[in-house]
Amino acid sequence: MLLIKRGRIIDPANRVDGVFDVLIKNGIIARIALTIEPEEQGLRVIDAEGKIVAPGFIDMHTHLRDPGQESKETIASGCKAAAAGGFTALACMPNTGPVNDSPLITGSIISKALREGCVRVYPIGAITRGLQGEALTDIGALKEAGVVAVSDDGEPVMNAEVMRRALEYVTYFDLPVISHCEDKNLSQNGDMHEGFISTRLGLRGIPAAAEEVMVARDLLLAKMTGSRIHIAHVSTAGSVDLIRTAKAKGVLVTAEATPHHFSLTDEAVASFDTSTKVNPPLRSQKHLDALWEGLADGTIDVIATDHAPHGAKDKDVDYPSAAYGIAGLETAVSLTLSKLVHTSILTIEEAIAKLSLNPARILGINGGSLNEGGDADVTILDLEKEVTIDPENFRSKSRNTPFAGMRLTGGPVMTIVKGDVVWESESP
Amino acid sequence: MTLSTKHLLGIETLSAEEISSILDTAQSMKKEGAPPGKESSPLAGKTIINLFYESSTRTRTSFELAGKRLGADVLNFDFSTSSMSKGETLKDTVINLQAMNPDILVIRHSAPGAAAFVAEAVDASVINAGDGAHEHPTQALLDLLTMRECRGSIQGLLVAILGDIAHSRVARSNIWGLTKLGATVRVAGPPTMIPPYIENMGVEMFYSVEEAIADVDVIMCLRIQRERQQKYLLPSLEEYAKFFGLNHERLAHAKKDVMIMHPGPINRGVEISSAVADGKNSFILEQVTNGVAVRMACFYLLAGGRQGHVAH
Repeated sequence: MLLIKRGRIIDPANRVDGVFDVLIKNGIIARIALTIEPEEQGLRVIDAEGKIVAPGFIDMHTHLRDPGQESKETIASGCKAAAAGGFTALACMPNTGPVNDSPLITGSIISKALREGCVRVYPIGAITRGLQGEALTDIGALKEAGVVAVSDDGEPVMNAEVMRRALEYVTYFDLPVISHCEDKNLSQNGDMHEGFISTRLGLRGIPAAAEEVMVARDLLLAKMTGSRIHIAHVSTAGSVDLIRTAKAKGVLVTAEATPHHFSLTDEAVASFDTSTKVNPPLRSQKHLDALWEGLADGTIDVIATDHAPHGAKDKDVDYPSAAYGIAGLETAVSLTLSKLVHTSILTIEEAIAKLSLNPARILGINGGSLNEGGDADVTILDLEKEVTIDPENFRSKSRNTPFAGMRLTGGPVMTIVKGDVVWESESP
Repeated sequence: MTLSTKHLLGIETLSAEEISSILDTAQSMKKEGAPPGKESSPLAGKTIINLFYESSTRTRTSFELAGKRLGADVLNFDFSTSSMSKGETLKDTVINLQAMNPDILVIRHSAPGAAAFVAEAVDASVINAGDGAHEHPTQALLDLLTMRECRGSIQGLLVAILGDIAHSRVARSNIWGLTKLGATVRVAGPPTMIPPYIENMGVEMFYSVEEAIADVDVIMCLRIQRERQQKYLLPSLEEYAKFFGLNHERLAHAKKDVMIMHPGPINRGVEISSAVADGKNSFILEQVTNGVAVRMACFYLLAGGRQGHVAH
């Protein structure tokens, strides 16, 4: 049992922003009131004065690497990283080994997460078998087994006919399709954003158009089929424009941006630091400006990490040989607060909605709000906490971050899942 | 003066003074031979390792000869055939070589940034002998030396670089070196071979070779890699030769005394016609000669020698 005292509750779903006490019993929010006295024995009282009490954060884009690449991450370590990052739930992408393209794999991930994971884990199923971009998976059976969305993330569905049929088919099962938008012919397995920095460094560029042509295609297909589509890791100005226009025309599109894409430009690549290698790549300032605008005006609904853990074997190599990906779970909230909230691009309410309510709605899962009688998944934030990113302290098995040593302001201080404190910061 | 850096990874990070210092040292070495030292072998007892992950005859032998003329022990490792590396990573290879305590490691690799990556991993001084499309500093230095010898100064020169700018480390290193020393640089080639925002490197951009070479003091042709055709950058080598190749007809648009340069190896009849390559304006073989002098100077300065002690 927990009693959270005097925290500022921000719950966008219920339009609540005020100082209340929250009583948690048996994994459920028992009461939210102006003052609740600690009456019962065995009650832990948490002083949250000056802190923000928010619905538990949900990362809808995590790579857990389990099964298949457990040296990089496991369900257990990924969940610990999520908890330390302020997340009470995550949705994990299907590009594991084997690929999560069958109910059997989905079931095994769910049961392993229940046994070993300290946060909620929602598997995402593959769109196509083996992520090959050809034959559709048994999407209905995957839904029955527990997937909350389908995606071939990591690989684009290059064949437009396959994407069209996937979008049509999922409407019956009311699942969103999450699209990794990349035209592989245009991106050419490039190293970084195509622009002046790639020209200077002689690295192979990935043009913005490699993303945008696929965003445009998928929006047209979503319009044609009337399906829900969610655009993963939006990184370019053109994508933001396309999504904004499509939303205005009633296309059922939602979108996410990652902290690394809204925090860093391609200038970060100039030292050939392989921790900056990610797909889609870090873009130029013009694209960051557009992402900020898209986040502010609601074109981009969600902040998601695209947590992609890699070990030294994949990153301690020359730049073109390095794997794509950034371990993002443990830096996402501090980056959001520092780069978006303290800069007045987003209000704290908007930031919280993009980290909790919006992903819950898109995936159709519980959570994302604080209701009496509802699940007690809570994230407590300190907006003024000084944070220096130190990968050595990561709970993740991997350390691949371009933010090492960065000083940020604000971060999570406690993560509560089903009424249990699964993580709390050492310095209160 | 001495070099401020332990490594020679690129021209971008050198100052104009450092570039001039290397050129002056190279000039002396070309004229006087190796500088006086212990029995005229200032690098006696030093070990240089040439580590080549891309095949190269000219550059590797040039480094080898330069090291030997200074009295160093020179070892060559050719990893251009994959069987040599036996799947070992670049980092593992270089830390193993480091265990042999070399003083200078010369590396050529297809990855941009490879030389910087190696420099982080080893104690030896590292010379970048070409890292992908990023930099090839000793090539630019020998090109600069060749121009300076002929024209007296780089300051005020107008230089056109022709060909596949996008994939050329020679172009990038020359652009940095020439602009730092006060030359004006033009680049020209088919639009598929001109990388985005190249003007931000301080150059003028052209597609037309005729326009680019008008009034220039130096024309530098780059080698056209045959495999670019498969990457859709070129319809055919014939098409390149017809519209962008340097031949006598096209050369009529340039000044009579223009210097013609090429880093080699040349594709006769593609980026340069035989008549132009072998003609009186060609400095291609002079470049090769200067390559040895420049590499001697780089070894000498990185090993702690001082420019100024060389000249008599």
